[in-house]
Amino acid sequence: MIGQAIADGILTGAIIALGAIGVTFTLAIMRFANFAHSELLTWGAYMALVVVAFAGPGTPTGPFSFGWQLLAAALVAAALTGLAAWAVDALVFRRLRRRGALPLTMVFAAFGAALVMRHLVVLIWGHESHYYTRELQIAVELLPGVRMLPDQLFIVGLALAAMLTLHVFLARSRTGMAMRAMAESPALAQVCGIEVEAVVRLTWIISGALAAFAGVFLGLTPQLHPEIGFNLLLSLFAAAILGGAGSLAGAVVGGFLVGLAENLSLLVVSPGYKGAMPFLLLLAILIVRPHGIFGDRS
Amino acid sequence: MLSYLVFFACIVLILGVLTLALNLQWGFTGVFNAGVVGFYAIGAYTHAILTAAPQPQYVGNFGLPWLVGVLAAMAATALAGWLIGLVTIRLRGDYLAIATFGVAVSIQLVTLNWERLTGGPQGLTRIGKPLARLFDTPFAFNLWFLGLMIVVMALVYWALERILRSPWGRVLRAIREDETAAIALGKSARRFRLEAFVLGSALMGLAGALYVSFIGFVSPFDFLPIVTFQVWAMLIVGGSGNNRGALLGALVVWAIWAGSGVLVSKLVPPSRAAQGAAIQVILIGLLLMLALLFRPRGLIGEAAVVSRHVND
Repeated sequence: MIGQAIADGILTGAIIALGAIGVTFTLAIMRFANFAHSELLTWGAYMALVVVAFAGPGTPTGPFSFGWQLLAAALVAAALTGLAAWAVDALVFRRLRRRGALPLTMVFAAFGAALVMRHLVVLIWGHESHYYTRELQIAVELLPGVRMLPDQLFIVGLALAAMLTLHVFLARSRTGMAMRAMAESPALAQVCGIEVEAVVRLTWIISGALAAFAGVFLGLTPQLHPEIGFNLLLSLFAAAILGGAGSLAGAVVGGFLVGLAENLSLLVVSPGYKGAMPFLLLLAILIVRPHGIFGDRS
Repeated sequence: MLSYLVFFACIVLILGVLTLALNLQWGFTGVFNAGVVGFYAIGAYTHAILTAAPQPQYVGNFGLPWLVGVLAAMAATALAGWLIGLVTIRLRGDYLAIATFGVAVSIQLVTLNWERLTGGPQGLTRIGKPLARLFDTPFAFNLWFLGLMIVVMALVYWALERILRSPWGRVLRAIREDETAAIALGKSARRFRLEAFVLGSALMGLAGALYVSFIGFVSPFDFLPIVTFQVWAMLIVGGSGNNRGALLGALVVWAIWAGSGVLVSKLVPPSRAAQGAAIQVILIGLLLMLALLFRPRGLIGEAAVVSRHVND
């Protein structure tokens, strides 16, 4: 029982972590809580659905329920969602930023953007569930009593690879350094000659791309619906705040901790209350360590 | 048509109480409550549980008088606001928003899952209405309820205007403008923020009790997160920091919501009802963003207060 909950927790945790990376960078670089971020997950998932509708999910390769086409669809969706995130910024957030709007005004705008984005999906695809593929798979027994589908193992692997790539990019490249500098102190970064708008644009594109991956993974386990991202909103915030704003390692650790906590709680709490778990965790974090495990901003 | 207008006016006045409550919390004090619907739901369910006609399968449904239900709803929501505020009020703006948003999500889960008390997804019916026995037709009752709502609204509006002009109200605005300065003047920002939060919560509970005693039943699907965003749209479109603006916003936004609903139901086939409803929500989202971009002060913004000694 506990073993299975931990395995499920790692799976949800990987997806939450991918989404939380975008939240944590928006919190640190743009200085606002982006309530519309969860909708980027939904958009990513549905954009991949469009590609799959044209190209098909491909013949199942090896133990997986999909072929290379779905991977290609995820990459296309990542690129499109990155651009979409940047477009929303250009249409709404950048205008407010230029006017010197307060961070909380940005949050209201994010409310509005989230409503529009989520219901555009309803408008186009309706409330029904959609599937990338209807292939059945056989679970693998990893340890006695712990089973996971091959697709799920693939998701965890690919998520970890994406996080590692981002880590190397942030640690080694000049642009990555600029992003970290902005997350530390936007004013100081500007004084050092960092082009703020370029970093902001890059942040949106990276956040959107990772959100799209998270969305495709959500859609793969097992279906897509318009609330797919919205239902994860509190988990994303809990993970980002747990890790501390602007910290990649924090968001990843936070994501896995939230995923584990949600699934382990099911051992004692009725599934109807699962949605309240990230909130309770968040409350506990905000009371004990308001700046997260890795954050030290005062 | 007339009966629809009466119904419409009642809903606008109920939502107006909700918007005034949010205006007290955000417009005057700067406390970011993103869980409005949660407090609204606490008031609604408290009233429903206390006044609904007894039924054996529920632990609540006490069949108490309407007024008891309304007062208890206010008290219960104020208590909930106090408990939640104790933990969250010190958080910085957007973290407070996330926390209160989580409160609303959790409250909705309780209304869905605690079936013995709340009726679960079915909700509760036969909820106490004010003097319902005296009126034969629904129209007569709605007309009486409209009169009652006008009185309630006048009372709430008058009381809010009074306390906001009092020294207590000035401290709230001082905290909103510059918390550090207010603290330096010896005002406990935390205490005042908490007081405003609790008072606002009580008013949201009042709105919830009025809503269910108007409709006559309660269901968790009346308390979805969209309500919070609608109320925020009302406040921002109308003019945050101005009670008349808040009421105008409630009228304008609800008119757009209801009007677009009528249009959609005429133009969109019933098989596409979900898409039609989506259009309504998209309009609210667009309205919120357009107001922030092009009219950040709202339709009637806050009046500038200039010292009367400025020309001395």
